[in-house]
Amino acid sequence: MKHLTWRRVLLGTAGPATALIGAAIIIVLILLAAGHDPIAAFEAMGGAYSDPAVVTSAINQTTVFYLSAVAVAIGFKMNLFNIGVDGQYRLAAMVAAAFAGMTMMDSLPGPIRILLTLLVAMAVGGIWSGIAGWLRVTRGVSEVISTIMLNSISTALIAFLLTPQMWAIQRGYNVLTRPITEGGRLNNFDLGTGTPLFSLILLGVAVGVAYWFLLNRTVFGFSIRATGMSETAAVASGISVKKMMFVAMLMSGVVAGLVGMPELLNGSAGSYSLNFQTGIGFTGIAIALLGRNHPVGIVFAAALWSFLASSSNALQSVQVPKEMVSIMQGLIVLLVVIAYEIVRRATVVLEQRDVARQLAIVETARNEVSA
Amino acid sequence: MSPVDPAAQAAPGSAVGTDVPAVRLTGITKRFPGVVANSDITFTVRRGTVHALVGENGAGKSTLMKTLYGMHRPDEGTIEIDGESVVLGSPADAIAAGIGMVHQHFMLADNLTVWENIVLGSEPVGPAGVIRSKQAIADIREIAGRYGLEVDPTGLVEHLGVGARQRVEILKVLYRGAKTLILDEPTAVLVPQEVDELFDNLRELKREGLTIIFISHKLDEVRAIADEITVIRRGTTVGTADPATVTNRQLAEMMVGSELPTPETHESTVTDRVVLHVSDLASVDETGRPVLAISSLTIHAGEILGIAGVEGNGQAELVDAIMGIRSLTAGRVELGGEDVTKHSTLSRREAGIGFIPEDRHRQGLILAGTLWENRILGHQTRPPASNGWLLTRSAARADTERIVDEFDVRTPSIEVKASALSGGNQQKLIVGREMSGDPKLLIAAHPTRGVDVGAQAAIWEHLRRARARGLAVLLISADLEEVIGMSDRITVILRGRLVGEYDPRTVTPEQLGSAMTGAGDAAAVGEIAAAAPAPPPGAAPDSGDVGRHGRGDGDTTGEEGRS
Repeated sequence: MKHLTWRRVLLGTAGPATALIGAAIIIVLILLAAGHDPIAAFEAMGGAYSDPAVVTSAINQTTVFYLSAVAVAIGFKMNLFNIGVDGQYRLAAMVAAAFAGMTMMDSLPGPIRILLTLLVAMAVGGIWSGIAGWLRVTRGVSEVISTIMLNSISTALIAFLLTPQMWAIQRGYNVLTRPITEGGRLNNFDLGTGTPLFSLILLGVAVGVAYWFLLNRTVFGFSIRATGMSETAAVASGISVKKMMFVAMLMSGVVAGLVGMPELLNGSAGSYSLNFQTGIGFTGIAIALLGRNHPVGIVFAAALWSFLASSSNALQSVQVPKEMVSIMQGLIVLLVVIAYEIVRRATVVLEQRDVARQLAIVETARNEVSA
Repeated sequence: MSPVDPAAQAAPGSAVGTDVPAVRLTGITKRFPGVVANSDITFTVRRGTVHALVGENGAGKSTLMKTLYGMHRPDEGTIEIDGESVVLGSPADAIAAGIGMVHQHFMLADNLTVWENIVLGSEPVGPAGVIRSKQAIADIREIAGRYGLEVDPTGLVEHLGVGARQRVEILKVLYRGAKTLILDEPTAVLVPQEVDELFDNLRELKREGLTIIFISHKLDEVRAIADEITVIRRGTTVGTADPATVTNRQLAEMMVGSELPTPETHESTVTDRVVLHVSDLASVDETGRPVLAISSLTIHAGEILGIAGVEGNGQAELVDAIMGIRSLTAGRVELGGEDVTKHSTLSRREAGIGFIPEDRHRQGLILAGTLWENRILGHQTRPPASNGWLLTRSAARADTERIVDEFDVRTPSIEVKASALSGGNQQKLIVGREMSGDPKLLIAAHPTRGVDVGAQAAIWEHLRRARARGLAVLLISADLEEVIGMSDRITVILRGRLVGEYDPRTVTPEQLGSAMTGAGDAAAVGEIAAAAPAPPPGAAPDSGDVGRHGRGDGDTTGEEGRS
């Protein structure tokens, strides 16, 4: 079985590797077509990482991407397409920020404030995705449609709540929730790089471990995976698919609620403002796809994404538009979907042959024994 | 099973005008890495004959036919068609050479009409890229008329029964100009009467000079239709036989190299302890049409109750109702005296119902999961699979090893994906799983469908042993030999109702066949229908057509969407 394991590793890395190489080749062609020097461009991207501050902030961004991708992956495992992570995390961050910034919170002990903030964010994210889950289960509304619409609704809701008349304050041209006071935020790890490392990287690790444990070790996770792999088989096995759908959607939203927390609790602003990072929910979809919904795979995918993004500024120093990085990211996702499918089919064929061959050996041995 | 028409038997001579064989395969060897799927096969088919290719699952029939249909190239050997040596690089080459294949699983688009399905992929296109539908329909009518394949080219495929669908598949091949037809297990989905129709069609094709390669397990049928039989075992041809003289037993011995098992249950072990009692069961489909109306059904401990029926007559609905998968409009399900009508599928399983579903790929297995993960399926809340909320993986693995051992699942390891196993081994795994944890009741829907003779014998033996231990079994099967051989009692399901009860010791397949199509004793059917409960609210007052959209040509038209 040893060679089988090796093959598994090879097959596992073959997909992303071919996708990356393919994307690099195409990007070289695009750069050449646009009259840029590809070698200079790649050198500039690589050179960006000589600045430790860039590396630290890329790791911070990785944490954020990771949380978002895990939120998406929980849905993917059940064949639920939660496009609403974006709206879920923005609304959750906004409400949690407004809550954490309330004056009554100032008197509470720090750990409780942090905990309450996280809980509020998780609750809001869960409620928002729960609406889509409930609609899916009771009315058969596709979660793709409902979450897209809920994204728009949350944008409108945030615009409504983030006004001085409601939960926000005006500061210059910016509108923001009342900044969280000292004690309600988390300390960062100072690595001496000029950019502190988010302490909520530990939350990312915890979520990753919990996701892995839930999926692989619990009956609940088994039911989710079984439903995702074959709904008909799950039904016949007594798994309540509707319940699973609702709970998976809910959990996806709960994790989505955490996506904004590193920026809120570790970031320097300590509030939700017009400048709050948006669009991470969509990035999460691409990363979950790239990481094959695997708790470790997503780590690499999120890091790749984040490191590519943080090298984009360096490209401009060699007069290459930084959008080249977006093209590259898009190409990777596109190619990785193709590569994974090819690898999947190859794996099935290889395994069938392997079983047939090993059985043939056993059969021959049996015949020889009997003869 | 099917009477041989002497007139048709006499016919072939008229079409055989030359001695050049339609197909001659010589020394065909096909290796896959590590496995020799076909080795040194020699296979000759005379023109204008029906040539049967028989052998166990995995013996290499499909590999050989894929070679002939151009789906892969042989490593060694030559293919001659009409005396000329050819190289078939793709199915397109094979079609051009006059070879057509009718697959076991129909490949038709339900929402297209018959003629659209037939021309799909080789549409007659007019000057402006417009499909010349009139010409296509006329051509199809002409072909259908010539070969006696009754089907309306303008009808929608979704309204067709199994037999008619098969005719469409055959027409598809003929439309492409095939002179030699490969039929892969064509009777697997048909009832005896439909088989007779198919055989009439095949004789007609033969009379018109076409050549048919008929792949099957069913030896009675092979002997009834074939002019010549080639037996294949372990990847090589072990000989040919003359259907007029060979016996089933001889054929079977050639196929498996040992004796053919028969489904027999020996002495009765029926007790008077009721395990399953179902009363006044009624259910409707999405459109509100009644699909199930079972007045009463009882199975005792140690008893196998066989249900025979044409597919789509409510078998799947009955199973789903007992399993709690389908919602009922009325009725009661009791397991061991306890009312479980309101219980979920999970709690019914926990209460001791084992379930071998009719479609192992859709309902029985997670193909992408490992064998031990599949062991957990359906048992996820119970030891050895879990302690309720945490999986106990090592115990589950150990128990999977036990099943692999006891049920002779041929696999190199329990870590391989279920999709890597052959159908028979997948089914043995399912049977082993469903018999774990001491079930009281086993629902076995087509338990030996599509499995080889060896696995079939093993599954029958396990059913017998479990029955002797007091298991109650609901056996649903389209294989009448299996139903008759295994059951203590037989009942027939027709349009969602149970019609009549038969003693397996005295009933013949033909009697069951007529009861299954409603062609039998109409009075008896009426009597039972009258005794059945009143149709549920919303049902048409005349619910004689429960479970059917229409009678059509005698085929099932009820549940095509399901497969």
